[in-house]
Amino acid sequence: MTKTYLYWALVFVGLIITSLLLGSITLDSASFDWQLLSQTRIPRTIAIVLSGMSLSVAGVIMQMLANNKFVEPTTTGTVEWAILGMLLLLIFYPQASLTVKLSVSVLFSILGAMSFLLLIKKLHTRSIIMVPLVGIIYAGVIGAVVNFIAYQQDLMQFVWVWIQGDFSMILQGRYELLWFAGLLTCLAYFIADRFTIIGLGKNVATNLGLNYGYVFAIGITLVASVAGITVVIAGVLPFLGLIVPNIISLYYGDNLRRSIPLIACMGAMLALVCDILARILVHPFEIPVGVIMGVVGSAIFLGLLLRQTRHD
Amino acid sequence: MIEFKNVALSYGQKQVLKDINLTLADTGLTSIIGPNGSGKSSCLSLMSRLQKASAGEVLLDNSPIQQIPANQLAKKLSILRQDNHTNARIQVKDLITFGRYPYHQGRPSAEDLKIVEQCIEYVDLQAVQDRFIDQLSGGQRQRVFIAMVLAQDTQTILLDEPLNNLDIKHSVSIMKQLRQACDELNKQVVVVLHDINFAAHYSDTIIALKNGELVANGSPTDIMQDSVLSHIYDMPITVTNIQGKPTCLFYS
Repeated sequence: MTKTYLYWALVFVGLIITSLLLGSITLDSASFDWQLLSQTRIPRTIAIVLSGMSLSVAGVIMQMLANNKFVEPTTTGTVEWAILGMLLLLIFYPQASLTVKLSVSVLFSILGAMSFLLLIKKLHTRSIIMVPLVGIIYAGVIGAVVNFIAYQQDLMQFVWVWIQGDFSMILQGRYELLWFAGLLTCLAYFIADRFTIIGLGKNVATNLGLNYGYVFAIGITLVASVAGITVVIAGVLPFLGLIVPNIISLYYGDNLRRSIPLIACMGAMLALVCDILARILVHPFEIPVGVIMGVVGSAIFLGLLLRQTRHD
Repeated sequence: MIEFKNVALSYGQKQVLKDINLTLADTGLTSIIGPNGSGKSSCLSLMSRLQKASAGEVLLDNSPIQQIPANQLAKKLSILRQDNHTNARIQVKDLITFGRYPYHQGRPSAEDLKIVEQCIEYVDLQAVQDRFIDQLSGGQRQRVFIAMVLAQDTQTILLDEPLNNLDIKHSVSIMKQLRQACDELNKQVVVVLHDINFAAHYSDTIIALKNGELVANGSPTDIMQDSVLSHIYDMPITVTNIQGKPTCLFYS
């Protein structure tokens, strides 16, 4: 057991070093550029690790709130709502500061996550496949609204920047808000038991003396804040919050006290792998990391869905 | 002590419970029986604050149950409903440890873990305690949830059809354990049962509901009468004494 952890820790460190050394300019002992490292490579690597961690953990919390393993902010309309908020802000208040942008993005994410969870509550369905399908349709509808408004206002290229998760623009001074998402991940670990109990259903949670509505509200705020922050800083990073918790759950179960640290580490590693791929595949150019995650993520997602239906 | 004072419950136009007045003793095993849709589960939900009465009041130890702080109530009264549907994969032992949550709030002590171990033994699940609940049979999962409620160690234990999915051996063993909890630990247990013979054999009191009304409330000997049972279930039922115990025969 300890050996496995050690092995994975080495992989993690290896990925971080690769991420630091990789880019259009080669870093080696002959041409060591400290400024390059501190202003772009280190911030970029930290940004990837923080987004990967926090999005994966946000995913598992949303899955507990929805009592369904196949939902996460990018497949249920939460990030589309965040983009809608940013788009409206761009139209009506283009000079907004980063703080205002972030607040609007988080606020709209909360609306998005809440409306989705209310929607599935109203549907009264227990079908494992139905809930994620409703989520994808709902996300499609909100996405269409975004596209319509953006098209009318000639702002499509902005929407593309937000939709395509990309770390190539990360510089020192432009990613630090992600630390807050990282902090929220730690908070999630702190109250992990409450989220696990919520995942056992409202009756069990109430029986154990938990204030269901209160924990639910904390969960939504947490998930939406992480989604909102990452959209503003890096754009949409699809499927991370879905595949990472599912793979960890397969081996270690859903007791979040135990699984959140593993989910966080694996999320960070997967994000690093995708970002490294994004940088190597068309070197010296880059593919947006969101595209890589979309391809890798949707394939694994489909595999997990098929596996689940076979088991039922 | 649980008291119902003129309690009614309706979903929209449909009245599920009508003007129920009821007092349950502090200790002992009470069974709630009645046909499908007679309001048994709703009655239990009201007792456990999972639902609010449309009219009247439910009191626990003389205070309205909805006003007792959630965390205090969780140490006094526990409920197991029928529909324990979860998609979360939790290990048996972890799940039962969550039964102690009202006491440890996430940091189980050695004492908590000892009680958990006892409860696992109680329901005969030692062999599967490290498995995930989705790898268990329906009966095993039912026993896990019963163990979780037992671990909560409350004065009052409410169980909605606990014998669902259980074979005869485990049904008898669960009822015996509940009986033992009443006799030795002075607990109050309220169960919704479908099998009248189980109810008659193990209960101190039987309550019968029909169409949302309380139609009978008494000791097993009071209830186990041809006329009473036939009225409750709207079909001829004969009670026979087998080895000194009233047993009802309803196969025709």
